Amino acid sequence: MEHSPPPFFKRGPAPLVRLFFFASLSIALLVVDARFRYAEGLRSALGLAAYPLQRIATLPFQLVAGVGDYFSTQSRLVEENERLRAQALALAQDAQRYQAAEAEAAQLRRLVGAVDQLPVAAQPAEILYTSRDPYAQKIFIDRGATHGVRPGSPVADENGIVGQVTRVHPALSEVTLLTDQDQAIPVQVVRSGLRAVAFGSGPSGTLELRFMSINAEIQNGDRLVTSGIDGTYPPGLPVATVTRIERDAEHTFARVVCRPAAGVDRGRFVLVLGNETKSLPPRPDDEQKKDRRDKARRGAKGKDAPPKEKGTADG
Amino acid sequence: MASREDILRPVRVSTIVLSFVGALLLNFMPWGDLRVVPDFVALVLAFWAIRQPRLVGLGVAWTLGLLTDAGNGVLLGQHALAYSLLAFVAIWLSRRILWFGLAQQTLHVAVLLLVSQAVVVLIRLAAGAAFPGWAIAIGPLVGALLWGPLSWLLLMPQRRLEREHVL
Repeated sequence: MEHSPPPFFKRGPAPLVRLFFFASLSIALLVVDARFRYAEGLRSALGLAAYPLQRIATLPFQLVAGVGDYFSTQSRLVEENERLRAQALALAQDAQRYQAAEAEAAQLRRLVGAVDQLPVAAQPAEILYTSRDPYAQKIFIDRGATHGVRPGSPVADENGIVGQVTRVHPALSEVTLLTDQDQAIPVQVVRSGLRAVAFGSGPSGTLELRFMSINAEIQNGDRLVTSGIDGTYPPGLPVATVTRIERDAEHTFARVVCRPAAGVDRGRFVLVLGNETKSLPPRPDDEQKKDRRDKARRGAKGKDAPPKEKGTADG
Repeated sequence: MASREDILRPVRVSTIVLSFVGALLLNFMPWGDLRVVPDFVALVLAFWAIRQPRLVGLGVAWTLGLLTDAGNGVLLGQHALAYSLLAFVAIWLSRRILWFGLAQQTLHVAVLLLVSQAVVVLIRLAAGAAFPGWAIAIGPLVGALLWGPLSWLLLMPQRRLEREHVL
């Protein structure tokens, strides 16, 4: 006769077996997500499930901010109003000058036969929350695919570039900050016109210019702007300021550390810029294929900036 | 603690679900320095895995981990693995932890949360991230200190009223 426990003692498989099962499932998922990027569908479904929770979690903070705004004193409002009016005046002057300069620049560009630069569309977005992960320099904004945000769009604030949209969910998108160690952005030194690529350096909140030769024309306090030759970032937006240069004759390259111009880790509102790339000539076939393969492997990270820069600089 | 503890009412599933939703909400809140903020989901998970090992097991832990991963936009599976391991150890220890006093319980939970955090750190290191520094251990320790208040709070729906006690 068989001695099996009565049904009310049955507890399913042993805990160790279950641990083994779930651990292998997790590891399989990790490998699939990290190496092949096949889990994007699952991720967006889960992201959709987590979205209401995320909105509710940030709601009290928005409410507190709203109540604070409501009860701000008259004197503060008057003071702010005056300050804003003065600022608006100054900006209006700048804007007029800018319009004139832009018209002139367009005319000159036509004269030299260069392509017209497309006007950059921008839409404001609010930062919902930062990633709960001290290694990843990522923020989440409240604009997603339904608002027309596309992966790869640059994100800026009033002072300069903040980062790049890396994943788009229906109602929110994930922005990888410039300081993320996987993020790269092509820049140009304003003073000397020198081109370079700035890489994020992780939690320290700084950027680094890699592969700059020892005698490169760069000095402390130099401002870096986007060069625009990658087709992703519009040209001329402030990126960073050089804060430290280490030139060591033992090394081939100088170590250039920069501080981001934008409030990469501050502020509540950002602008999502359109990434119109129509003005660029189509890429050669083989490179496109390689690119697609790379993208399938690593997703729409900003990693492919350096090869692109090379390609467009040659052409 | 067990000697002083009255016989509790059976737990309601809604209490467990609500506590997990609350923990997820707390985790998604915009905190400042994330290294010192405890992982509330891990803490609540440890609590229920110790108290109700037959209701809250590895399946629940794994699902919560996956939700956390997707919500934070990190590699899928790292918190799933960490929470599964946490739930396993918690269930394994569930028979003895409750016999200890609050201080010893807190120590047990500190180890549990540290192990779970260590799994996440190891996965991140394997995926090529830089080591974030030892401050990463502060969060689990803060979480362990919250064990006492959390136990009191989450057992509240199960406690009998004084009047019932007399009857």
